[in-house]
Amino acid sequence: MDYISILQIFDSAVRLATPLLLACLAGLFSERAGIFDIGLEGKILVSAMFAASVATFTGSVWLGMLAGLMGSLVFSAMHGLASITFRGNQLISGVALNFLASGITVLIAEAWFGLGGRTPGLSGAERFLPIELPFVESFSGVPVLGPLYKELISGHTLLVYVALLMVPVSWFVLYRTRFGLRLRAVGENPAAVDTAGISVVRLRYASMVIAGILCGLAGVYLSTGLGAGFGKEMSAGRGYIALAALIFAKWRPWYALGATMLFGLLEAVANRYQNIDLGGFIVPVQFMQALPYILTVIILAGFVGKAIPPRAGGQPYVKER
Amino acid sequence: MEKMPKWADVALIPLINLAIAFALSALVIWAIGEDPWKAVKMMVSGALGSTYGWGYTLYYATNFLFTGLAVAVAFQASLFNIGGEGQAVLGGLGVALVCLFIPFPHWSVALVFALAGGALFGALWALIPAWLQARRGSHIVITTIMFNFIAASLLNYILVNLLRPAGSMDPASGPFPETTNLPTFHDMLAPLGIAFSKSAPVNISLIIGLVLAVAVYFLLWRTRLGYEIRAFGKSQDASTYAGISVTRITIVAMMISGAIAGMMSINNTMGESERLILNSVEGAGFIGIAVALMGRNHPFGVALAALLFGFLYQGGGELALWTKIPRELITVIQALVILFTGALDNMVRDPLERAFIRRAKRRKQRRQEQPEQGAAG
Repeated sequence: MDYISILQIFDSAVRLATPLLLACLAGLFSERAGIFDIGLEGKILVSAMFAASVATFTGSVWLGMLAGLMGSLVFSAMHGLASITFRGNQLISGVALNFLASGITVLIAEAWFGLGGRTPGLSGAERFLPIELPFVESFSGVPVLGPLYKELISGHTLLVYVALLMVPVSWFVLYRTRFGLRLRAVGENPAAVDTAGISVVRLRYASMVIAGILCGLAGVYLSTGLGAGFGKEMSAGRGYIALAALIFAKWRPWYALGATMLFGLLEAVANRYQNIDLGGFIVPVQFMQALPYILTVIILAGFVGKAIPPRAGGQPYVKER
Repeated sequence: MEKMPKWADVALIPLINLAIAFALSALVIWAIGEDPWKAVKMMVSGALGSTYGWGYTLYYATNFLFTGLAVAVAFQASLFNIGGEGQAVLGGLGVALVCLFIPFPHWSVALVFALAGGALFGALWALIPAWLQARRGSHIVITTIMFNFIAASLLNYILVNLLRPAGSMDPASGPFPETTNLPTFHDMLAPLGIAFSKSAPVNISLIIGLVLAVAVYFLLWRTRLGYEIRAFGKSQDASTYAGISVTRITIVAMMISGAIAGMMSINNTMGESERLILNSVEGAGFIGIAVALMGRNHPFGVALAALLFGFLYQGGGELALWTKIPRELITVIQALVILFTGALDNMVRDPLERAFIRRAKRRKQRRQEQPEQGAAG
């Protein structure tokens, strides 16, 4: 394997990791505020469908993005309503929303386009196109770093860079602002936050909004950046892998970057090589596909460091009367 | 009286929840430009209008009966088993191995062994998440989701590399021997002089499922183990204090749940396709969640809910065939049922509970006032 093909695999890993990263950060904000979010998958799917549909209708990817974000936010609001206002079971709500997304996206896409649940293919201004960073050509002569800059760093769509930027932003918001401190506190001990005179309900809804936007971006990227149009079930379990990455990352932003990049790399390798031959022993492609899930179970089992979720996660907060 | 009457809890609230879910589904049908009333009529005639329709309705209902019972048993222990899908996939593998590699003289013997094989594989697939939850504190919801994906990959590998007959492109096992084919309702009812559609796949598994439902009832409400499972589900602390082992109940409840999910495969794999195919479970494991929630985790309720979803599934299939409404409508209805009976339950329950309490108070007041009036008059 030569240098360029290694770079190409990493390049593809970055693309594939981007939706995972955005969804993982969405889950991070939600779960740090004490709300389990199994519904990442559904939000990605809804956003992907609306983004592609509106981009088709208007010819503008920006309007598509807006529609995708709206769709994802509506789902976030439903999750908030069920788990914050009506103190329902957050896991059940998430499961329900995933099914709702999986069904309703096909229903709407079929009603609008009649293509069996697909949207028409997008092109030109209906998509996010790769951005060529400056000086690519002048650097291309530099050995090692030149190709690295050209293949790996430059030439992604805007949302890839946005996703990467979201990592330090999330870290800053969570660990260096008052809002972040309160958000983390509400996931550990909501009663204490309430005693301090801060609204638990408002903080948790705020986390739902942030999660909705980030998950929405993941969906928008999926149908208008990575792909060119929406297809049935196109999220393909990415929401669950993001959930896995979140546990892998132990609910921290920088670790989330590492975990999603690893899972992106696994996917890239599995896409490129069907069966990997390790000197006589063949690793089947199915094993590569299952690897993120297997790794998560191992992490969850606490064999490789312990993953401790936010303490109040999953419990509705009932104010003392 | 500080509580609602029992009938409101077990019947009224689920019915209101269901009504909301159906009303929203009708709205969805209307919004995509179809007539909801016509759709309902078509679903009823397609699912219940002929023995063919009934045959499919009951076939699907059998799947959901198994998975619904599986989810319900785990729910009784306060464990949310999303892994019914994966457990049923593995159960299918167990059933297939038994049918393919043991020569059986008669289907009845094959059925007993297939049930055992499906139950064993399903239970083992549930054992690992259960053990991880009990001993390592890993969240059962996450691990069972992960195990669904792992099961899908594992089955894909086994079908493609091990069980696929030579020369076949289809990722499926070869057909099971004829002695393992289960009698369908057509076969069973013909001697009684009742004509039942020959092509409908409903088979003896439905009877097995109903027997299983009764068995689950006895297990949960008439045995010591069942008492422990329910006590554990109500309060983990109290049951630990009473000497119930957390590890044991978690593992036992999950293994029973997995076994029931695994046994579902006698219906779809042994009864219908008569070979192991890639996507034989078709999401029945997930519909089990809706069925269990709808049926309030009681075998009787689960059986009714399974029938309802069997009807929806078959009726939805008819809709997809004759109208422009895609099959995914079922997924939407299923989602709304889970949402309203599961997550948004308090939206209906709280106001209703308040109304009942208010009414009870008023009645009490009136009763207190009446004797005074009598004395004055």
